[in-house]
Amino acid sequence: MRRIKSLFKHAFLILFSLICIFPFYWMIVSATNVSKDITMGKLTFGNALLINVRNAFQNADILRAFMNSAFLAIVITVLSLLICSIAGYAFVIFPGKVKNILFLALIASMMVPFAAKIIPMFRMFSNLGLLNSFGSIILPAIGTPFLIFFFKQNTHAFPLETIQAARVDGLGEYGIFFRIYMPMMKSTYAAAGIFAFMASWNNYMWPLIALQSTDKFSLPLAVSNLAAGFTPDYGMVMVGIIISTLPTVLVFFLLQKAFVEGMVGSVK
Amino acid sequence: MSLKGKTKTALTGWSMVTVAAIFVLVFSYIPMIQAFFLSLQTGKGANLSFSGVANYIRMLQDSTFWTTLGNTLLYAVVQIPVMLLLALLISVLLNDSKLKGRGIYRTCIFLPCVTSMVSYAILFKNIFAVDGIVNQMLLKLHLIDDAIPFVLDKNWAKVVIIFALIWRYTGYYMIFYLSAMQNIDSSIYEAAKMDGCSFFQSFFRITMPLLKPIIFLTSIMALTNTLQLFDEVVNLTNGGPGDATRTISEYIYDLSFTYVPSYGYAAAVSYVVFVLIIILTIIQKGITGEKE
Repeated sequence: MRRIKSLFKHAFLILFSLICIFPFYWMIVSATNVSKDITMGKLTFGNALLINVRNAFQNADILRAFMNSAFLAIVITVLSLLICSIAGYAFVIFPGKVKNILFLALIASMMVPFAAKIIPMFRMFSNLGLLNSFGSIILPAIGTPFLIFFFKQNTHAFPLETIQAARVDGLGEYGIFFRIYMPMMKSTYAAAGIFAFMASWNNYMWPLIALQSTDKFSLPLAVSNLAAGFTPDYGMVMVGIIISTLPTVLVFFLLQKAFVEGMVGSVK
Repeated sequence: MSLKGKTKTALTGWSMVTVAAIFVLVFSYIPMIQAFFLSLQTGKGANLSFSGVANYIRMLQDSTFWTTLGNTLLYAVVQIPVMLLLALLISVLLNDSKLKGRGIYRTCIFLPCVTSMVSYAILFKNIFAVDGIVNQMLLKLHLIDDAIPFVLDKNWAKVVIIFALIWRYTGYYMIFYLSAMQNIDSSIYEAAKMDGCSFFQSFFRITMPLLKPIIFLTSIMALTNTLQLFDEVVNLTNGGPGDATRTISEYIYDLSFTYVPSYGYAAAVSYVVFVLIIILTIIQKGITGEKE
């Protein structure tokens, strides 16, 4: 009985894992096949990888888009982590009634659907003359309510005695934050960094509206353009998909341990 | 601490939250308020004039609005419960420290959620094409006689979108549940087992009640996510065939940037989504009985 049970468990988990993994296998195999073989359902590696890579780089400025996306993701991650973590920290270390209300107001803005903001934001950036610039992508991504919430939750676990001791030693409030809090909360920063990086890297709707010339395109826009049309060359599309997926897979695996630790802290 | 020292610390505290607050104010609250005033105006492009609730009345007779709203709600109603139950079930199975290969299972199931929305949508468009790999496999196994036009049929296209969403997000919510389960004392399960509780009994009577707060949190996250669905549908079906898979976010985008721009009407539609999210959050709060 017990063995049958365990067999069922494993059968279910294996089936689900296979479903999760198959599209990854398919995109890697298909990147090495010509479009004709892909539509024939070829499940083995071919030798068209170099042709597909060349086609992808010729049909869209993938390299440029990759650099644009990397620049945006890095700048946004650093700025949003800095500004949101200092706010989340202050909400716990310097509590107050007015601050509680402010915190709730910040969190409530998570409920605002992005679509409800696109027209005013489009007009705002158009009036500022910032449309089609990286500023239009970076500025709205800095103050992220979710990150403020995430840092506030994790700060509850931060030992207050450490702060008091540092104050006695004569360290200023900002000094405490930068020299004690930040190094001690590494795993929280790693988890938050994954969130911020992925949100920026995968962002599609707002760049689609704000970035208009192809030299400013982020990777999702370039890949989406590659796949446009009724019968796209899927071999080259797969190359684009792999290039846009690789960095997030890497970031996740490098920071996986810290990510899980940081998450545990946030749901306690 | 002296009075001077106290005011100084208070000021430091405020200075730390101000920058973040200003960014949220400028890029969330101000656009939201502007959108409301915009929703009370009609006109094409930049020529707008005040028209009261005309946009909201227009919505009542707009069949595309009702179709896209219906599609969006259908996605939410089907996808969210199926996905969260799957994520919970998998978490329970993986929470067993004696289970062989749990690390591999966890990584496999989590992997989909690192893909970008645009990428996996295109990938699924290819996999579910008429001559795609899924049809090829089903034909070879003689499960079907003719290829199914997954992305071209108005019902199948919805199924594919829901399937894609479940594929992408189940592992993401699994991580939340797994983290929360680490805080549950395993002796509760052992005691329940000794009292003769079956797997499903302890799942529904112990795990689910203990995880209520996190189930509430994840259901709100999934709800706000699905009600704003855009990237996947644009790249998988582009809203088609016809408007069969178009979501409300895609409709708002089309009203503003694809058709002759009618910003006022688009803003009114977007406000309906906003109100909808709030109402559904309150209802969900009632269902899960979460007080916080």
